[in-house]
Formats: sequence, structure tokens, C-alpha cells
Amino acid sequence: MNLAFDLLLIAALLWSAGRALTTPDLFRAVVLFIVFGLLMALAWARLDAPDIALAEAAIGAGLTGALLLDALGHLRGPVRRKSGLIAPSTVMSSEGAGPPAFPTYFLNGLAIVLAVALGLALAGALLLLPEPAISLPREVAAAMDASGVAHPVTAVLLNFRGYDTLLEVAVLWLALLGVLAVAGGRAPGRAPVTPRSARASLKVPRLLARVLAPLALLVAGYLLWAGAHQPGGAFQAGAVLAAAAVLLNLAGLLPGGATPRWVLRAGLGFGLLVFLAVAAAVMGQGVLLQYPPAWAGALIMLIETGLTLSIGLTLAGLFLALSGASRQ
Amino acid sequence: MSAGLLYALAGAALFAFGVAGLILRSHPLRKILAFNVMGSGAFLVLVGLGQRDGTADPVPQAMVLTGIVVSIAATALALALARRQREHGNDKEERDA
Amino acid sequence: MSGLDWLSAIFLLVGAAFFLAGTVGLLRFPDVYTRLHALAKADNLGLGCIVIGLLFQADSLAAALKLVLVWLLALAASATVSFLVAHRAWRRGIAPWRADEPGIRRHDES
Repeated sequence: MNLAFDLLLIAALLWSAGRALTTPDLFRAVVLFIVFGLLMALAWARLDAPDIALAEAAIGAGLTGALLLDALGHLRGPVRRKSGLIAPSTVMSSEGAGPPAFPTYFLNGLAIVLAVALGLALAGALLLLPEPAISLPREVAAAMDASGVAHPVTAVLLNFRGYDTLLEVAVLWLALLGVLAVAGGRAPGRAPVTPRSARASLKVPRLLARVLAPLALLVAGYLLWAGAHQPGGAFQAGAVLAAAAVLLNLAGLLPGGATPRWVLRAGLGFGLLVFLAVAAAVMGQGVLLQYPPAWAGALIMLIETGLTLSIGLTLAGLFLALSGASRQ
Repeated sequence: MSAGLLYALAGAALFAFGVAGLILRSHPLRKILAFNVMGSGAFLVLVGLGQRDGTADPVPQAMVLTGIVVSIAATALALALARRQREHGNDKEERDA
Repeated sequence: MSGLDWLSAIFLLVGAAFFLAGTVGLLRFPDVYTRLHALAKADNLGLGCIVIGLLFQADSLAAALKLVLVWLLALAASATVSFLVAHRAWRRGIAPWRADEPGIRRHDES
């Protein structure tokens, strides 16, 4: 019974991913990709990984889907040239226009053969792998008492391999800086006009956003707190905060998002700074991010609180920077 | 065969799908989708392989959790670059034309 | 299986039947409004039945309340999205389908 469900789920995963890459319509491709993300969340649940399932549903399907759907409007259709003329067909919009020439056929066939060979080689390598020499779950279970938290994934994320998370937050922050630098150039000639008809249709999503935003804050706080002893934590809580910000922005209730004041800007780096400060403070322990056992729980909660704020703001910032670039 | 190994094999297939899509499709948005499919495949391999004996392994799970956040950051950056290319990157074509 | 398990199973099956009906409606109905009807009504009822089915299995009151909260949130989101899709379709001039005049018409053409 379980095997049948797993096989069905895997077939659906492969089908949705394959269709997302092959269907001619880009909108359909993005929707299929969101479906793929939700199926991935199911797969994580089947793999006993509720933490990843939460993150995948909120970030992999939700926020990535919002980013892609927003980008669709900008990346589809004829290319707008600097001069304002509209070019009927260029490299970027001529997907699948006309039959490809003979060498293209040959090269495409070669690429498919190589991809199949890669897949088979990977599968073979997975099947031939010897048994692991050490059991990581046992190592983690043995060290749990000194970790300061009761949930193994949180212990790995913020204690045993805290440096991974530290660098990851830095990467997230750098990515936002990159997006701001690249998307900062405003497209010429696009006015922020919202038509009257669109404003009338905003009433209902506004109501939803007003109801959901406080609830999202509550859920984020709960996830943050729950992370210490059950699935949850800073990433999931941050993703929920970001989702609330995206919803408020789409409903037109976040006027400050376009021109963030210094509090918001400082909030982006806050989590990383707290993390670095804690890392510097416990340097005396000899190993990077090795907490004194008595303080471990409190320090992890402090870092996670900072991270929740910063991850939420940064993820929301990624969306606002990309979608706002054309509205100003 | 354990569920972990089954999902790891599915991850290998997804990775190959993504590679094929990355090479064969020309539209930047499609390349970004293919890149994300590759990422999901790699994540499935990482967690599935770690759990092929059937017990949940928190170490690859925590790594994939960070990986998902990094992959949305990379996706957002790629989307920003694709838009920039579209809005400002036509100089070469205009010279060629 | 205890009585509660049977109750759970019945509600879960009824919920699954609603999901199936909604999916068939989504695939087979003629226009965007009727498809929204199939999707929103059947999925919300289906999710409701599944939540009721799961309530009988909940360990604590807190878990049960969380399940109900999930259902209410899905209802709110589904209603909003349905409204937005229908509103947009109407603004674009797509008229509701009628059995006596099949085919896609525009409501602003008379």
C-alpha cells in the first residue's frame, strides 16, 4: 500500500517536472512547476522530513511560485527595445518558432542521449553505494543532550552545523543585494497606474490580507517557538512572515515596501549580525559556534528570533524588489 | 527497496530531466525552472540516500532545509538578471541587425 | 477497528469522493465560472469532510483546533482566489456559459 502510494507520487513528480519543461506555454509551465513543488512537499512528508515539507510548501512552491508568476509578465511576449519599438521576434521570445535546422536536431538528440546516460549513471551509483561507515542519526541522538534543544533537525541546523546556517544567511543577504543592484534600474516608460477597475477588485484580497496578516504573525511566532522541540524553526517562521508581506503588498497595503526606511534595512542584516555576535562571543570555547551547554538553548532561541525577522524580511524583499522594479 | 532509496532514484531522474531542460530549452524562465528541478532532484538524492535504511537522518534534512532557502535566493537573482538582460541586453542584436 | 475509526474512514471516503467530483468538474465543465464552482464547492466540502474525519483521530484539543483552523484558512483563501479569477474573467468580457447558447461569448456584446 505504501509502496503503491510512493510509486504514484514519484510518477506524478516526474510527470509534472517533465511537463513543466516541455509544455509550449510558459504560464502552464510555471503552474506545473508550482504543482511540482507541492508534490515535493508530499514527498518530504513521506520521507519523514516534516521540516523540509513545511519549507518546501511555503518557499519552494509558495514564494518561488509567486516570484515566477510575477516574472512571467515581464519575460513573456515581444521584447521591448530601448527605443520603445517592439521587436516582433528575437532570441528570447522565439521559443519553438519554426522547425530547427539539421545540426540543431542532431545536437538536441545528443543532449537527450547524454542526459539519459547521466540519469542512468547516477541511478547506478546510488544502487552500488556501500553501506555508510558511521550512522549519523546515532551520532546526533548521542549528542542531543548537550545541544540545548529537543528537536534533532534544529540541533543540527543551529548547533552541530551552525556554521552552515550562518553562511547560508549571508548568502541569502548577498542574493538580495544582488537583486537590488540588478533590478534597481527602472524600466523606462512604465507608470505605476492602477486602473480603477483593478482597484475595485482589490477589496476582497484586502480583507483577506487584513485577516491573515495578524494570524501569520501568530503562526510565525508559534513555528519559531515550536522549533526547539518539534518540526518548525526560523526558516519556516520566516517564510510565513514573508508570505504575509507578499500578500499585503499584492493587496496594496504595504506602501512602505517600495521605499524601505532604515528600520527595515537594518532588519535585513539583523539576524546575520546577531548570529555573528553570538559566534564571536563564544569564540573562547575553541571551536566555531560551540555554545556553553548551559547557555545553548537560550543562545539558539536568540539566534533563531533574529533569523526569523531577517529571513522574513529578505524573502519578502526578494519579491518586492523584483515585482516593484516595474511599478515605480 | 526502501522508500528512501526509491526517492533517491527519483531524484536522480529529476536531476537528469533538469539537465536536459537546461540544455534544450532556450527561454531564460524555462532554464530557471530546469535549474530548480535539478535542485529538487539533488535534495531528494541527499535525503533519500541518507535514509535508505529507513531511519530519519536529521543531518541531510538540515542541509536540504538550508538548500531550499539558497535555491530561492538563486532563483530570485536569476530572474532579476533575466529581466535585466531583456530590458537592456539587446544592444548586440541591434548591432548585428 | 473501533467505532471512531469507522467514522473517520467514512468521512475520509466522502471527502475523497468530493475531491474526485471537483476534479472531474474542473476538467469537464464548459467555462471558467462553472469550473470555479466545481473546484471551490467540491474542494471545500471535500477538505471539510477530511478534516472532520481526521478530528476523530486527533490526540488533543489543540491538534483538533489546528485542523479546523487549516480548513477555515483554506476556505478563506479559496473564496478570495475564486473571486479574483471570476472578477478578472468578467472584466475581460467572458460571458457565463448557457446551455441554449453554447460556445464562448462576450457579455458586453448583445
